[in-house]
Amino acid sequence: MGLLTLAVMLLVPLIAVALFLRAWPILAAKPLGELLLSTTWHPLKGEFGFFPFIMGTLWVTAVAMLIAVPPSLLSAIYLAEYAPVRLRAVAKPLIDLLAGIPSVVYGVWGVLTVVPFVERHVAPSLNRRLGVLGLFRSDNPTGYGVLAGGLVLAVMLFPIIIAVAEEVIRAVPQGLREASLALGATRWQTIRNVVLRRAWPGVMAAMVLGLSRAFGETMAVLMVVGNVARVPRSIFDAAYPLTALIANNYGEMMSIPLYDAALLGGALILLLIVMAFSTASRLVLVRFVRSG
Amino acid sequence: MKRRKAKVFSRKRLEEGFFKVLMIGSAAAVLGSLVLILGTVVWRGLPALNLAMVTQTPKGGYYLGKEGGILNAIVGSLYLAGGATALALIASLPIAIYLQFYAARSRFAELARLALDVLWGVPSIVYGAFGFIIMLWLGMRASLLGGIIALALLELPILVRGMDEAIAMVPSALKEASYALGATRLETAVKVVVRQTAPGLLTAVLLAFGRGIGDAAAVLFTAGYTDHLPDSLSSPAASLPLAVFFQLGTPFPAVQERAYASALVLTFIVLGLSLISRRLGGRLTKHVIR
Repeated sequence: MGLLTLAVMLLVPLIAVALFLRAWPILAAKPLGELLLSTTWHPLKGEFGFFPFIMGTLWVTAVAMLIAVPPSLLSAIYLAEYAPVRLRAVAKPLIDLLAGIPSVVYGVWGVLTVVPFVERHVAPSLNRRLGVLGLFRSDNPTGYGVLAGGLVLAVMLFPIIIAVAEEVIRAVPQGLREASLALGATRWQTIRNVVLRRAWPGVMAAMVLGLSRAFGETMAVLMVVGNVARVPRSIFDAAYPLTALIANNYGEMMSIPLYDAALLGGALILLLIVMAFSTASRLVLVRFVRSG
Repeated sequence: MKRRKAKVFSRKRLEEGFFKVLMIGSAAAVLGSLVLILGTVVWRGLPALNLAMVTQTPKGGYYLGKEGGILNAIVGSLYLAGGATALALIASLPIAIYLQFYAARSRFAELARLALDVLWGVPSIVYGAFGFIIMLWLGMRASLLGGIIALALLELPILVRGMDEAIAMVPSALKEASYALGATRLETAVKVVVRQTAPGLLTAVLLAFGRGIGDAAAVLFTAGYTDHLPDSLSSPAASLPLAVFFQLGTPFPAVQERAYASALVLTFIVLGLSLISRRLGGRLTKHVIR
Protein backbone atom coordinates (compact mmCIF):
# COMPACT_ATOMS: atom_id res chain seq x y z
CA MET A 1 0.00 0.00 0.00
CA GLY A 2 2.86 2.31 0.79
CA LEU A 3 4.46 1.57 -2.55
CA LEU A 4 1.21 2.28 -4.35
CA THR A 5 0.96 5.60 -2.53
CA LEU A 6 4.53 6.43 -3.47
CA ALA A 7 3.82 5.55 -7.10
CA VAL A 8 0.87 7.92 -7.19
CA MET A 9 2.94 10.66 -5.58
CA LEU A 10 5.51 10.27 -8.31
CA LEU A 11 2.86 10.52 -11.01
CA VAL A 12 3.13 14.29 -11.47
CA PRO A 13 6.92 14.23 -11.96
CA LEU A 14 6.47 11.17 -14.17
CA ILE A 15 4.00 13.01 -16.41
CA ALA A 16 6.38 15.97 -16.58
CA VAL A 17 9.33 13.74 -17.52
CA ALA A 18 7.32 11.86 -20.15
CA LEU A 19 6.18 15.13 -21.74
CA PHE A 20 9.72 16.50 -21.56
CA LEU A 21 11.18 13.46 -23.31
CA ARG A 22 8.60 13.67 -26.09
CA ALA A 23 9.13 17.42 -26.42
CA TRP A 24 12.92 17.06 -26.45
CA PRO A 25 13.35 16.99 -30.26
CA ILE A 26 11.95 20.49 -30.59
CA LEU A 27 13.70 21.80 -27.48
CA ALA A 28 16.96 20.55 -28.97
CA ALA A 29 16.26 21.95 -32.42
CA LYS A 30 15.09 25.44 -31.51
CA PRO A 31 16.28 27.97 -28.93
CA LEU A 32 13.81 28.35 -26.06
CA GLY A 33 13.55 32.10 -26.64
CA GLU A 34 12.33 31.59 -30.18
CA LEU A 35 9.79 28.98 -29.14
CA LEU A 36 8.33 31.17 -26.41
CA LEU A 37 8.51 34.58 -28.07
CA SER A 38 8.11 34.04 -31.79
CA THR A 39 4.66 34.80 -33.21
CA THR A 40 4.92 32.69 -36.36
CA TRP A 41 3.20 29.33 -36.21
CA HIS A 42 3.71 27.36 -39.42
CA PRO A 43 4.15 23.69 -38.50
CA LEU A 44 4.56 22.75 -42.17
CA LYS A 45 7.52 25.11 -42.52
CA GLY A 46 8.89 23.98 -39.19
CA GLU A 47 8.18 27.29 -37.45
CA PHE A 48 6.78 26.91 -33.97
CA GLY A 49 6.23 30.20 -32.11
CA PHE A 50 4.12 29.69 -29.02
CA PHE A 51 3.71 33.37 -28.22
CA PRO A 52 0.18 33.86 -29.65
CA PHE A 53 -1.06 30.81 -27.75
CA ILE A 54 0.57 31.78 -24.48
CA MET A 55 -0.93 35.26 -24.84
CA GLY A 56 -4.30 33.72 -25.73
CA THR A 57 -4.25 31.70 -22.53
CA LEU A 58 -3.20 34.74 -20.48
CA TRP A 59 -5.89 37.00 -21.96
CA VAL A 60 -8.73 34.57 -21.47
CA THR A 61 -7.57 33.69 -17.97
CA ALA A 62 -7.17 37.35 -16.96
CA VAL A 63 -10.63 38.28 -18.22
CA ALA A 64 -12.15 35.24 -16.52
CA MET A 65 -10.47 36.07 -13.19
CA LEU A 66 -11.58 39.72 -13.34
CA ILE A 67 -15.17 38.64 -13.91
CA ALA A 68 -15.15 35.69 -11.49
CA VAL A 69 -13.31 36.95 -8.43
CA PRO A 70 -15.55 39.78 -7.09
CA PRO A 71 -18.86 37.88 -7.17
CA SER A 72 -17.22 34.68 -5.94
CA LEU A 73 -15.66 36.34 -2.92
CA LEU A 74 -18.83 38.28 -2.08
CA SER A 75 -20.89 35.09 -2.37
CA ALA A 76 -18.41 33.19 -0.22
CA ILE A 77 -18.54 35.90 2.47
CA TYR A 78 -22.32 35.93 2.31
CA LEU A 79 -22.60 32.16 2.64
CA ALA A 80 -20.05 32.00 5.44
CA GLU A 81 -21.13 35.01 7.48
CA TYR A 82 -24.66 36.11 6.71
CA ALA A 83 -26.75 33.39 5.10
CA PRO A 84 -29.33 31.70 7.33
CA VAL A 85 -28.59 28.03 7.96
CA ARG A 86 -31.44 26.86 5.75
CA LEU A 87 -30.39 29.02 2.82
CA ARG A 88 -26.84 27.71 3.14
CA ALA A 89 -28.15 24.15 3.17
CA VAL A 90 -29.89 24.81 -0.15
CA ALA A 91 -27.27 27.02 -1.81
CA LYS A 92 -24.17 24.91 -1.18
CA PRO A 93 -25.38 21.75 -2.97
CA LEU A 94 -26.55 23.92 -5.86
CA ILE A 95 -23.09 25.49 -6.15
CA ASP A 96 -21.57 22.00 -6.03
CA LEU A 97 -23.93 21.09 -8.86
CA LEU A 98 -22.45 23.95 -10.88
CA ALA A 99 -19.02 22.39 -10.33
CA GLY A 100 -20.27 19.04 -11.61
CA ILE A 101 -21.57 20.24 -14.98
CA PRO A 102 -19.29 18.86 -17.73
CA SER A 103 -17.20 21.44 -19.53
CA VAL A 104 -18.73 20.53 -22.90
CA VAL A 105 -22.13 21.55 -21.53
CA TYR A 106 -20.63 24.88 -20.47
CA GLY A 107 -19.37 25.16 -24.01
CA VAL A 108 -22.81 24.51 -25.49
CA TRP A 109 -24.27 27.13 -23.16
CA GLY A 110 -21.53 29.51 -24.25
CA VAL A 111 -22.28 28.97 -27.92
CA LEU A 112 -26.04 29.32 -27.44
CA THR A 113 -26.18 32.18 -24.94
CA VAL A 114 -22.90 33.93 -24.22
CA VAL A 115 -21.60 34.29 -27.78
CA PRO A 116 -24.84 35.83 -29.17
CA PHE A 117 -25.05 38.07 -26.09
CA VAL A 118 -21.52 39.38 -26.66
CA GLU A 119 -22.11 39.71 -30.39
CA ARG A 120 -25.45 41.57 -30.20
CA HIS A 121 -25.19 43.58 -27.01
CA VAL A 122 -21.81 43.84 -25.32
CA ALA A 123 -19.56 44.33 -28.35
CA PRO A 124 -21.63 47.01 -30.17
CA SER A 125 -22.34 49.08 -27.07
CA LEU A 126 -18.82 48.94 -25.60
CA ASN A 127 -17.30 49.57 -29.02
CA ARG A 128 -19.47 52.66 -29.47
CA ARG A 129 -18.80 54.10 -26.02
CA LEU A 130 -15.26 52.97 -25.24
CA GLY A 131 -13.96 51.93 -28.64
CA VAL A 132 -11.29 54.64 -28.54
CA LEU A 133 -9.55 52.59 -25.88
CA GLY A 134 -8.01 49.76 -27.86
CA LEU A 135 -9.03 47.28 -25.20
CA PHE A 136 -12.72 47.60 -26.07
CA ARG A 137 -12.46 48.11 -29.83
CA SER A 138 -14.42 45.53 -31.74
CA ASP A 139 -13.60 44.62 -35.32
CA ASN A 140 -14.69 41.04 -34.82
CA PRO A 141 -18.21 40.61 -36.25
CA THR A 142 -18.80 37.34 -34.37
CA GLY A 143 -19.13 37.03 -30.62
CA TYR A 144 -16.45 34.31 -30.51
CA GLY A 145 -13.46 35.75 -28.68
CA VAL A 146 -11.65 36.54 -25.46
CA LEU A 147 -14.68 37.99 -23.68
CA ALA A 148 -16.97 35.04 -24.49
CA GLY A 149 -14.25 32.64 -23.34
CA GLY A 150 -13.67 34.69 -20.20
CA LEU A 151 -17.37 34.78 -19.34
CA VAL A 152 -17.86 31.04 -19.74
CA LEU A 153 -14.67 30.32 -17.82
CA ALA A 154 -15.70 32.75 -15.06
CA VAL A 155 -18.90 30.80 -14.43
CA MET A 156 -16.84 27.60 -14.27
CA LEU A 157 -14.58 29.22 -11.66
CA PHE A 158 -17.43 30.36 -9.39
CA PRO A 159 -17.91 27.04 -7.58
CA ILE A 160 -14.17 26.42 -7.16
CA ILE A 161 -13.35 29.82 -5.67
CA ILE A 162 -16.52 29.98 -3.58
CA ALA A 163 -16.06 26.52 -2.04
CA VAL A 164 -12.46 27.12 -0.95
CA ALA A 165 -12.92 30.75 0.13
CA GLU A 166 -16.01 29.91 2.15
CA GLU A 167 -14.20 27.14 3.98
CA VAL A 168 -11.28 29.43 4.75
CA ILE A 169 -13.52 32.22 6.05
CA ARG A 170 -15.43 29.82 8.27
CA ALA A 171 -12.13 28.59 9.73
CA VAL A 172 -11.54 32.03 11.32
CA PRO A 173 -12.06 31.58 15.09
CA GLN A 174 -15.43 32.82 16.34
CA GLY A 175 -13.80 34.64 19.26
CA LEU A 176 -12.19 37.16 16.90
CA ARG A 177 -15.57 38.11 15.48
CA GLU A 178 -17.12 38.41 18.91
CA ALA A 179 -14.31 40.67 20.13
CA SER A 180 -14.79 43.00 17.18
CA LEU A 181 -18.58 43.05 17.48
CA ALA A 182 -18.28 43.75 21.20
CA LEU A 183 -16.25 46.88 20.37
CA GLY A 184 -19.23 48.20 18.44
CA ALA A 185 -18.17 47.31 14.91
CA THR A 186 -20.89 46.36 12.45
CA ARG A 187 -20.84 42.92 10.88
CA TRP A 188 -19.37 44.25 7.65
CA GLN A 189 -16.67 46.18 9.52
CA THR A 190 -15.87 43.00 11.42
CA ILE A 191 -15.60 41.08 8.18
CA ARG A 192 -13.45 43.71 6.50
CA ASN A 193 -11.11 44.51 9.37
CA VAL A 194 -10.91 41.23 11.24
CA VAL A 195 -12.18 38.19 9.35
CA LEU A 196 -10.77 39.00 5.93
CA ARG A 197 -7.47 40.20 7.34
CA ARG A 198 -7.08 36.89 9.11
CA ALA A 199 -8.37 34.81 6.18
CA TRP A 200 -6.45 36.71 3.50
CA PRO A 201 -3.72 34.14 2.69
CA GLY A 202 -6.39 31.45 2.33
CA VAL A 203 -8.58 33.68 0.19
CA MET A 204 -5.58 34.41 -2.05
CA ALA A 205 -4.96 30.68 -2.27
CA ALA A 206 -8.57 30.14 -3.34
CA MET A 207 -8.07 32.65 -6.14
CA VAL A 208 -4.80 31.08 -7.27
CA LEU A 209 -6.48 27.68 -7.30
CA GLY A 210 -9.14 29.16 -9.55
CA LEU A 211 -6.41 30.63 -11.72
CA SER A 212 -4.73 27.26 -12.16
CA ARG A 213 -8.07 25.72 -13.17
CA ALA A 214 -8.60 28.51 -15.68
CA PHE A 215 -5.24 27.81 -17.32
CA GLY A 216 -6.03 24.19 -17.90
CA GLU A 217 -9.65 24.34 -19.00
CA THR A 218 -9.94 23.07 -22.53
CA MET A 219 -13.24 22.16 -24.13
CA ALA A 220 -15.52 24.97 -22.96
CA VAL A 221 -12.99 27.64 -23.88
CA LEU A 222 -12.10 25.99 -27.17
CA MET A 223 -15.75 26.13 -28.23
CA VAL A 224 -16.28 29.87 -27.74
CA VAL A 225 -12.92 31.59 -28.06
CA GLY A 226 -12.62 31.77 -31.85
CA ASN A 227 -9.28 29.96 -32.27
CA VAL A 228 -7.30 32.41 -34.41
CA ALA A 229 -3.54 32.15 -33.94
CA ARG A 230 -2.88 35.85 -33.36
CA VAL A 231 -2.04 37.84 -30.25
CA PRO A 232 -5.33 39.45 -29.12
CA ARG A 233 -5.40 43.23 -28.68
CA SER A 234 -8.96 43.72 -27.50
CA ILE A 235 -11.35 41.70 -25.37
CA PHE A 236 -13.47 41.10 -28.48
CA ASP A 237 -10.63 39.64 -30.56
CA ALA A 238 -10.48 35.93 -31.16
CA ALA A 239 -7.78 34.11 -29.23
CA TYR A 240 -6.20 30.68 -29.39
CA PRO A 241 -5.26 29.33 -25.95
CA LEU A 242 -2.64 26.60 -25.51
CA THR A 243 -5.19 24.00 -24.46
CA ALA A 244 -7.27 24.63 -27.57
CA LEU A 245 -4.15 24.35 -29.74
CA ILE A 246 -3.36 20.91 -28.33
CA ALA A 247 -6.95 19.65 -28.54
CA ASN A 248 -7.55 20.90 -32.07
CA ASN A 249 -4.41 19.49 -33.66
CA TYR A 250 -3.83 16.15 -31.98
CA GLY A 251 -5.10 14.42 -35.14
CA GLU A 252 -2.47 15.60 -37.57
CA MET A 253 0.42 16.01 -35.19
CA MET A 254 1.98 12.64 -35.96
CA SER A 255 2.21 13.33 -39.68
CA ILE A 256 4.31 16.52 -39.60
CA PRO A 257 7.89 16.46 -38.30
CA LEU A 258 8.41 18.07 -34.88
CA TYR A 259 4.68 18.86 -34.65
CA ASP A 260 4.03 16.24 -31.99
CA ALA A 261 7.07 17.42 -30.02
CA ALA A 262 5.77 20.99 -30.23
CA LEU A 263 2.26 20.13 -29.05
CA LEU A 264 3.45 17.90 -26.22
CA GLY A 265 5.88 20.69 -25.33
CA GLY A 266 2.82 22.94 -25.13
CA ALA A 267 1.25 20.45 -22.73
CA LEU A 268 4.48 20.55 -20.70
CA ILE A 269 4.37 24.36 -20.44
CA LEU A 270 0.77 24.09 -19.29
CA LEU A 271 1.56 21.42 -16.72
CA LEU A 272 4.49 23.36 -15.26
CA ILE A 273 2.48 26.58 -14.88
CA VAL A 274 -0.54 24.83 -13.36
CA MET A 275 1.66 22.74 -11.08
CA ALA A 276 3.47 25.81 -9.74
CA PHE A 277 0.23 27.65 -9.02
CA SER A 278 -1.64 24.78 -7.48
CA THR A 279 1.31 23.63 -5.34
CA ALA A 280 1.72 27.16 -3.97
CA SER A 281 -1.97 27.56 -3.17
CA ARG A 282 -2.24 24.11 -1.58
CA LEU A 283 0.77 24.80 0.64
CA VAL A 284 -0.87 28.01 1.87
CA LEU A 285 -4.22 26.29 2.39
CA VAL A 286 -2.77 23.37 4.34
CA ARG A 287 -0.92 25.70 6.69
CA PHE A 288 -3.92 27.99 6.99
CA VAL A 289 -6.44 25.35 7.90
CA ARG A 290 -4.00 23.79 10.35
CA SER A 291 -3.31 27.04 12.20
CA GLY A 292 -6.89 28.28 11.93
CA MET B 1 -21.58 65.91 19.53
CA LYS B 2 -24.70 63.84 19.54
CA ARG B 3 -25.45 64.64 15.90
CA ARG B 4 -21.98 63.72 14.78
CA LYS B 5 -22.20 60.39 16.45
CA ALA B 6 -25.51 59.70 14.77
CA LYS B 7 -23.97 60.52 11.40
CA VAL B 8 -21.05 58.15 11.86
CA PHE B 9 -23.47 55.51 12.94
CA SER B 10 -25.56 55.93 9.84
CA ARG B 11 -22.52 55.74 7.58
CA LYS B 12 -21.67 52.44 9.19
CA ARG B 13 -25.19 51.27 8.53
CA LEU B 14 -25.04 52.50 4.95
CA GLU B 15 -21.82 50.62 4.27
CA GLU B 16 -23.27 47.50 5.85
CA GLY B 17 -26.40 47.76 3.73
CA PHE B 18 -24.45 48.46 0.54
CA PHE B 19 -22.22 45.43 0.87
CA LYS B 20 -25.08 43.23 1.96
CA VAL B 21 -26.98 44.10 -1.22
CA LEU B 22 -23.82 43.45 -3.24
CA MET B 23 -23.30 40.08 -1.57
CA ILE B 24 -26.88 38.92 -2.01
CA GLY B 25 -26.74 40.11 -5.62
CA SER B 26 -23.55 38.10 -6.21
CA ALA B 27 -24.95 34.95 -4.66
CA ALA B 28 -28.10 35.38 -6.74
CA ALA B 29 -25.99 35.85 -9.89
CA VAL B 30 -24.03 32.67 -9.19
CA LEU B 31 -27.16 30.61 -8.61
CA GLY B 32 -28.82 32.38 -11.52
CA SER B 33 -26.03 31.24 -13.85
CA LEU B 34 -26.77 27.63 -12.83
CA VAL B 35 -30.44 28.14 -13.70
CA LEU B 36 -29.45 29.83 -16.95
CA ILE B 37 -27.15 26.99 -18.03
CA LEU B 38 -29.60 24.21 -17.18
CA GLY B 39 -32.46 26.22 -18.66
CA THR B 40 -30.60 26.79 -21.94
CA VAL B 41 -29.63 23.15 -22.31
CA VAL B 42 -33.14 21.87 -21.52
CA TRP B 43 -34.84 24.53 -23.68
CA ARG B 44 -32.72 23.85 -26.75
CA GLY B 45 -32.04 20.17 -26.17
CA LEU B 46 -35.51 18.87 -25.38
CA PRO B 47 -37.12 19.57 -28.80
CA ALA B 48 -34.39 17.58 -30.57
CA LEU B 49 -34.47 14.69 -28.13
CA ASN B 50 -36.41 11.59 -29.17
CA LEU B 51 -36.36 7.87 -28.66
CA ALA B 52 -34.26 7.23 -31.78
CA MET B 53 -31.53 9.53 -30.42
CA VAL B 54 -30.91 7.32 -27.41
CA THR B 55 -31.64 3.87 -28.87
CA GLN B 56 -29.86 3.90 -32.25
CA THR B 57 -26.32 4.21 -33.46
CA PRO B 58 -25.56 6.70 -36.25
CA LYS B 59 -26.79 5.46 -39.64
CA GLY B 60 -25.24 6.48 -42.96
CA GLY B 61 -25.44 10.23 -43.43
CA TYR B 62 -26.21 10.87 -39.76
CA TYR B 63 -23.82 13.79 -39.66
CA LEU B 64 -25.62 15.33 -42.62
CA GLY B 65 -28.92 15.24 -40.75
CA LYS B 66 -30.15 11.75 -41.66
CA GLU B 67 -31.38 9.04 -39.30
CA GLY B 68 -29.73 7.57 -36.29
CA GLY B 69 -28.85 8.34 -32.72
CA ILE B 70 -26.03 8.61 -30.24
CA LEU B 71 -26.30 5.21 -28.60
CA ASN B 72 -22.65 4.64 -29.55
CA ALA B 73 -21.65 7.64 -27.46
CA ILE B 74 -23.91 6.80 -24.52
CA VAL B 75 -22.66 3.21 -24.32
CA GLY B 76 -19.07 4.31 -24.99
CA SER B 77 -19.21 6.87 -22.21
CA LEU B 78 -20.68 4.39 -19.73
CA TYR B 79 -17.95 1.85 -20.59
CA LEU B 80 -15.21 4.48 -20.38
CA ALA B 81 -16.32 6.05 -17.13
CA GLY B 82 -17.35 2.70 -15.62
CA GLY B 83 -14.05 1.05 -16.47
CA ALA B 84 -12.06 4.04 -15.32
CA THR B 85 -13.94 4.27 -12.03
CA ALA B 86 -13.44 0.54 -11.37
CA LEU B 87 -9.73 0.79 -12.17
CA ALA B 88 -9.26 3.93 -10.09
CA LEU B 89 -11.21 2.38 -7.20
CA ILE B 90 -8.95 -0.67 -7.11
CA ALA B 91 -5.92 1.59 -6.84
CA SER B 92 -7.36 4.24 -4.56
CA LEU B 93 -8.93 2.26 -1.72
CA PRO B 94 -5.56 0.82 -0.58
CA ILE B 95 -4.03 4.30 -0.79
CA ALA B 96 -6.79 5.87 1.27
CA ILE B 97 -6.51 3.10 3.87
CA TYR B 98 -2.75 3.47 3.93
CA LEU B 99 -2.96 7.22 4.42
CA GLN B 100 -5.41 6.88 7.28
CA PHE B 101 -4.23 3.74 9.07
CA TYR B 102 -0.53 3.36 8.43
CA ALA B 103 0.84 6.78 7.64
CA ALA B 104 -1.75 8.68 9.73
CA ARG B 105 -0.34 12.14 10.44
CA SER B 106 3.24 11.58 9.33
CA ARG B 107 5.09 13.98 7.03
CA PHE B 108 4.90 11.33 4.35
CA ALA B 109 1.10 11.39 4.49
CA GLU B 110 1.06 15.19 4.36
CA LEU B 111 3.30 15.08 1.32
CA ALA B 112 1.13 12.41 -0.30
CA ARG B 113 -1.99 14.53 0.24
CA LEU B 114 -0.25 17.54 -1.27
CA ALA B 115 0.79 15.47 -4.28
CA LEU B 116 -2.78 14.20 -4.70
CA ASP B 117 -4.20 17.72 -4.50
CA VAL B 118 -1.75 18.88 -7.15
CA LEU B 119 -2.66 15.84 -9.23
CA TRP B 120 -6.30 16.84 -8.88
CA GLY B 121 -5.46 20.19 -10.45
CA VAL B 122 -3.62 18.78 -13.48
CA PRO B 123 -5.63 19.77 -16.58
CA SER B 124 -7.43 16.89 -18.21
CA ILE B 125 -5.81 17.64 -21.55
CA VAL B 126 -2.44 16.90 -19.92
CA TYR B 127 -3.78 13.51 -18.79
CA GLY B 128 -4.88 13.01 -22.37
CA ALA B 129 -1.43 13.86 -23.69
CA PHE B 130 0.21 11.61 -21.09
CA GLY B 131 -2.16 8.77 -21.91
CA PHE B 132 -1.31 9.27 -25.56
CA ILE B 133 2.43 9.00 -24.81
CA ILE B 134 1.87 5.77 -22.86
CA MET B 135 -0.11 4.39 -25.76
CA LEU B 136 2.61 5.28 -28.26
CA TRP B 137 5.11 3.62 -26.00
CA LEU B 138 3.03 0.45 -25.71
CA GLY B 139 2.21 0.53 -29.41
CA MET B 140 -1.53 0.84 -28.76
CA ARG B 141 -4.01 2.64 -30.97
CA ALA B 142 -6.85 4.89 -29.81
CA SER B 143 -9.05 2.48 -27.90
CA LEU B 144 -11.48 1.91 -25.06
CA LEU B 145 -8.59 0.73 -22.89
CA GLY B 146 -6.54 3.85 -23.63
CA GLY B 147 -9.47 6.05 -22.68
CA ILE B 148 -10.08 4.06 -19.52
CA ILE B 149 -6.45 4.46 -18.44
CA ALA B 150 -6.44 8.24 -19.05
CA LEU B 151 -9.75 8.71 -17.23
CA ALA B 152 -8.64 6.48 -14.36
CA LEU B 153 -5.62 8.73 -13.83
CA LEU B 154 -7.95 11.73 -13.87
CA GLU B 155 -10.33 10.15 -11.35
CA LEU B 156 -7.70 8.74 -9.01
CA PRO B 157 -6.98 11.89 -6.96
CA ILE B 158 -10.71 12.64 -6.63
CA LEU B 159 -11.36 9.15 -5.30
CA VAL B 160 -8.41 8.99 -2.92
CA ARG B 161 -9.00 12.42 -1.39
CA GLY B 162 -12.76 11.81 -1.12
CA MET B 163 -12.24 8.47 0.64
CA ASP B 164 -9.43 9.85 2.74
CA GLU B 165 -11.73 12.54 4.08
CA ALA B 166 -14.63 10.14 4.56
CA ILE B 167 -12.45 7.74 6.57
CA ALA B 168 -11.07 10.59 8.66
CA MET B 169 -14.62 11.29 9.90
CA VAL B 170 -14.88 7.89 11.64
CA PRO B 171 -14.67 8.34 15.42
CA SER B 172 -11.36 7.05 16.73
CA ALA B 173 -13.14 5.24 19.58
CA LEU B 174 -14.50 2.84 16.99
CA LYS B 175 -11.01 2.00 15.74
CA GLU B 176 -9.75 1.63 19.28
CA ALA B 177 -12.62 -0.73 20.15
CA SER B 178 -11.69 -2.87 17.17
CA TYR B 179 -7.99 -2.88 18.11
CA ALA B 180 -8.92 -3.77 21.68
CA LEU B 181 -10.69 -6.88 20.40
CA GLY B 182 -7.41 -7.96 18.85
CA ALA B 183 -8.14 -6.96 15.25
CA THR B 184 -5.19 -5.93 13.11
CA ARG B 185 -5.05 -2.58 11.39
CA LEU B 186 -6.04 -4.14 8.07
CA GLU B 187 -8.97 -6.00 9.62
CA THR B 188 -10.11 -2.82 11.32
CA ALA B 189 -9.79 -0.86 8.11
CA VAL B 190 -11.64 -3.30 5.90
CA LYS B 191 -14.23 -4.82 8.23
CA VAL B 192 -15.08 -1.88 10.45
CA VAL B 193 -14.12 1.40 8.91
CA VAL B 194 -14.88 0.77 5.24
CA ARG B 195 -18.35 -0.46 6.22
CA GLN B 196 -18.84 2.55 8.43
CA THR B 197 -17.88 4.93 5.67
CA ALA B 198 -19.81 3.24 2.84
CA PRO B 199 -21.95 6.34 2.16
CA GLY B 200 -18.92 8.61 2.00
CA LEU B 201 -17.04 6.17 -0.22
CA LEU B 202 -20.01 5.87 -2.55
CA THR B 203 -20.28 9.65 -2.81
CA ALA B 204 -16.62 9.80 -3.80
CA VAL B 205 -17.16 7.03 -6.39
CA LEU B 206 -20.15 8.78 -7.96
CA LEU B 207 -18.33 12.10 -7.97
CA ALA B 208 -15.39 10.50 -9.76
CA PHE B 209 -17.70 8.73 -12.21
CA GLY B 210 -19.43 12.03 -12.97
CA ARG B 211 -16.12 13.74 -13.57
CA GLY B 212 -15.00 10.89 -15.82
CA ILE B 213 -18.14 10.74 -17.93
CA GLY B 214 -18.13 14.50 -18.47
CA ASP B 215 -14.53 14.81 -19.50
CA ALA B 216 -13.72 15.36 -23.13
CA ALA B 217 -10.11 16.46 -23.28
CA ALA B 218 -8.62 13.27 -21.83
CA VAL B 219 -10.56 10.91 -24.11
CA LEU B 220 -9.97 13.02 -27.20
CA PHE B 221 -6.42 11.68 -27.53
CA THR B 222 -6.90 8.25 -26.13
CA ALA B 223 -10.30 6.71 -26.89
CA GLY B 224 -10.84 7.97 -30.42
CA TYR B 225 -14.35 8.06 -31.85
CA THR B 226 -16.47 5.60 -33.76
CA ASP B 227 -20.04 5.17 -34.92
CA HIS B 228 -20.11 1.58 -33.70
CA LEU B 229 -20.60 0.21 -30.25
CA PRO B 230 -17.26 -0.77 -28.74
CA ASP B 231 -16.93 -4.55 -28.79
CA SER B 232 -13.55 -5.00 -27.15
CA LEU B 233 -11.04 -3.12 -25.04
CA SER B 234 -8.85 -2.56 -28.07
CA SER B 235 -11.53 -1.05 -30.29
CA PRO B 236 -12.07 2.71 -30.26
CA ALA B 237 -15.00 4.06 -28.27
CA ALA B 238 -17.25 7.09 -28.76
CA SER B 239 -18.13 9.31 -25.81
CA LEU B 240 -20.93 11.75 -25.07
CA PRO B 241 -18.84 14.90 -24.60
CA LEU B 242 -17.12 14.31 -27.92
CA ALA B 243 -20.47 13.53 -29.56
CA VAL B 244 -21.64 16.97 -28.41
CA PHE B 245 -18.45 18.59 -29.63
CA PHE B 246 -18.33 16.95 -33.06
CA GLN B 247 -22.03 17.44 -33.83
CA LEU B 248 -21.84 21.08 -32.82
CA GLY B 249 -18.91 21.48 -35.20
CA THR B 250 -20.88 20.44 -38.29
CA PRO B 251 -22.38 23.18 -40.45
CA PHE B 252 -25.89 21.60 -40.46
CA PRO B 253 -28.49 23.05 -38.06
CA ALA B 254 -30.28 19.69 -37.81
CA VAL B 255 -27.07 18.06 -36.56
CA GLN B 256 -26.33 20.96 -34.21
CA GLU B 257 -29.80 20.44 -32.68
CA ARG B 258 -28.69 16.90 -31.92
CA ALA B 259 -25.62 18.28 -30.20
CA TYR B 260 -27.93 20.17 -27.85
CA ALA B 261 -29.93 17.00 -27.27
CA SER B 262 -26.72 15.07 -26.58
CA ALA B 263 -25.65 17.75 -24.12
CA LEU B 264 -29.01 17.34 -22.41
CA VAL B 265 -28.53 13.57 -22.14
CA LEU B 266 -25.07 14.11 -20.64
CA THR B 267 -26.43 16.69 -18.19
CA PHE B 268 -29.24 14.31 -17.17
CA ILE B 269 -26.72 11.56 -16.43
CA VAL B 270 -24.38 13.80 -14.43
CA LEU B 271 -27.10 15.53 -12.43
CA GLY B 272 -28.92 12.25 -11.91
CA LEU B 273 -25.77 10.71 -10.45
CA SER B 274 -25.32 13.63 -8.15
CA LEU B 275 -28.93 13.38 -6.90
CA ILE B 276 -28.62 9.60 -6.44
CA SER B 277 -25.45 10.05 -4.41
CA ARG B 278 -27.25 12.49 -2.13
CA ARG B 279 -30.19 10.11 -1.68
CA LEU B 280 -28.06 7.02 -1.19
CA GLY B 281 -25.96 8.88 1.33
CA GLY B 282 -28.96 8.65 3.65
CA ARG B 283 -29.92 5.06 2.77
CA LEU B 284 -26.62 3.32 3.15
CA THR B 285 -26.19 4.39 6.72
CA LYS B 286 -27.76 1.14 7.95
CA HIS B 287 -24.46 -0.15 9.29
CA VAL B 288 -23.25 3.15 10.58
CA ILE B 289 -22.99 3.56 14.32
CA ARG B 290 -23.63 7.11 15.43
